[in-house]
Amino acid sequence: MITPPNFPPPGSASDPPVVEVGHSRLRLLIARTRLALHSFRAGWSIFMESRIGVLSLVIIGVFAIMAVAHPILMLTIWDAETYDPVTGYAFDQVDQPSAPSWRHPLGTDPLGRDVLSQLLWSTRSEFVLGITAALVTVAIATTVGAVSAYYGGLVDVFFMRLADLIIALPGISLLIVLSALFKLNLFYLALVIGILGGFGGTAIILKSQALSIKVKPYIEAARVAGGGHFHIIFVHIIPNLLPLSLLYMMFTVTSAIFAEAVLSFLGLLDLRMSWGIMIHTANTGGYLMGGTRYWWLVVPAGASITLLCSAFYLGGRALDEVVNPRLRRRHD
Amino acid sequence: MTGYLVRRAGQMVLTLFLIFTFAFFLVQAQPGDYASFYALDPDMPPEVKDQLRASFGLDKPLWEQYLIHLKNTVTGNFGVSFGHFPRPVMDVLIERVPRTAVLFLTATVLSFYIGFFLGKAIAWRRGGVLEYTATISGATLFTVFTPAFALMMIWIFSFRLGWLPVGKFLDPLVWRHAEVTANHVFGQMLLTAFLLTVFAFLALWILRKTGRVGLTRWAGPLIAVAAVVALLLLSLSGIGGLALDILKHMILPIATLTLISFAGTMLLTRNSMLETVREDYVMAARAKGLPEKLVRDRHAARNALLPVVTSLVYSLIFAIDGSVIIEGVFSWPGTGLTLLQAVRTEDLPLVMGAMVFIGLFSLLAHLIVDVLYVYLDPRIRYQ
Repeated sequence: MITPPNFPPPGSASDPPVVEVGHSRLRLLIARTRLALHSFRAGWSIFMESRIGVLSLVIIGVFAIMAVAHPILMLTIWDAETYDPVTGYAFDQVDQPSAPSWRHPLGTDPLGRDVLSQLLWSTRSEFVLGITAALVTVAIATTVGAVSAYYGGLVDVFFMRLADLIIALPGISLLIVLSALFKLNLFYLALVIGILGGFGGTAIILKSQALSIKVKPYIEAARVAGGGHFHIIFVHIIPNLLPLSLLYMMFTVTSAIFAEAVLSFLGLLDLRMSWGIMIHTANTGGYLMGGTRYWWLVVPAGASITLLCSAFYLGGRALDEVVNPRLRRRHD
Repeated sequence: MTGYLVRRAGQMVLTLFLIFTFAFFLVQAQPGDYASFYALDPDMPPEVKDQLRASFGLDKPLWEQYLIHLKNTVTGNFGVSFGHFPRPVMDVLIERVPRTAVLFLTATVLSFYIGFFLGKAIAWRRGGVLEYTATISGATLFTVFTPAFALMMIWIFSFRLGWLPVGKFLDPLVWRHAEVTANHVFGQMLLTAFLLTVFAFLALWILRKTGRVGLTRWAGPLIAVAAVVALLLLSLSGIGGLALDILKHMILPIATLTLISFAGTMLLTRNSMLETVREDYVMAARAKGLPEKLVRDRHAARNALLPVVTSLVYSLIFAIDGSVIIEGVFSWPGTGLTLLQAVRTEDLPLVMGAMVFIGLFSLLAHLIVDVLYVYLDPRIRYQ
């Protein structure tokens, strides 16, 4: 329930209006938070109904714990000389790569570095990459979608043609070309993926959603009440686009992690360590055709890429059922 | 329709021009230039370096270089490849483009059919075991780390089972005494496949036009007979063994690319079907007493097809990207592998040429999907 704002009685105009405005704003904020919490709870219960959604959440949670675990382990039981993901060397092993043992639960790589440490260290950068790319995408796509739906005309034509152009470009191939020209590190990679995603397909989808919001009565009401263009776009249209944006954030994370892994596997990125680089190291050493003999060089990293990508992807699909009511199963 | 096609072609030219301009200035923004690739030799006197720069046209102002570059690109002259010196870039690409086109077109068509049939089935029976297995395995294959998956396929089918060759385009041992080139054999194979496809479409179209259900039933056997005849002709022409060798090398890359890309179509078909099964015409079809299979295929799935076809352009782009990775892993000498090798050796003319061709692929794919859309949905008329 939203409590109506308390209007001052007609006689008491002595109160300074500034305080009154601040007060009602606070009430508005509380009411909005309550509404948001309420719709979040409703959405959450639909999300948790889908088994796939829960599964994806569990997988993402496990990876988040892995990302947090690395610095803690480095500070407590792992010494930097042996366990550093890039410069460490397992002096306690005779042969490199060595099979999993108690000291090295996932063995060591051909250069004598602990595989588990590399795996955990990379988890953090995958999250950073995915989330940065997703935030950039969503920030751009939401703004572009709202602006081109609201103004229409030339602005709309420009952004939509640009989106068509970007959709028509194969992203991995473009990133491969860019890697030949620039030193791509994690941040630039996230930026490029985010910009490509934001001006590309996501902008079209968010624009079509914004078009249906634009004709809602509350937008008209806001305009009648004297709201400017900026106010209407950022206060009324964009907040209503956010659920759908969240959905496309999930898909962007998947594509960002995947692109990073592929480019690292091909040895084209300027990174210290990542899951793709772990497989690259094993592959260039010729250990992959050994099949199951050197499984710890490729299975943990390959499975991590696949699991985290599919977790975000499946999470996105479960979220799709929350955002798009037509996909829900009927309870009858 | 003709007007629309002309306008679309105009748009494509404009887009290519934009891509080209972007690529040109991206390269210009780099430190150094084409000549510095050769001029790194410290023994080279400065006047020779200047001569070299002049021979590349690098002493001219930027706008003139741009115009010359534009003129050369339009006339199909991408320059000489550094890595394949002295072969021109165009020569290298012409050889490799058909190989990539075969790889990603076959895989896209296959994955489209598989995805559509599976998606139809899982939307029709929601909540079954099939839905969970298909969704989870499909999404896993869709998001699987492609290089690792491709390597796994090689390991299983070539290394362990020994059924298929490990990679590459052909087996040198088979070709040692061959009197024809691989490109010739591959060209003949493409021609056969193309004629067969045209024949199949014509046969289906003519039989449909007759409007007799009994005749349409003969389309399948007829096409099968034509395929057998074509294969017989190909094997009798003396290059059958060589064609078989290339075919054997094609199976694994195409299978891998199909497996990783069918899930997109499948999941989209499922969503689209979930919307159409609630429509009144589906209930009407059921109420008429039509068999379930007919209601599913002719009424629900036919209408669910439209958004899936729209997404075909995404899956084509996905397949083009996928084929770059697959070509890299399988050493399949197509445009993607050329791009990768050129990037690794900083063979910039070849990089730019390959990128222009890959962009051309995707623009053409875009156009074909749009035209297909008109054919599928009679409500759409392009002006």
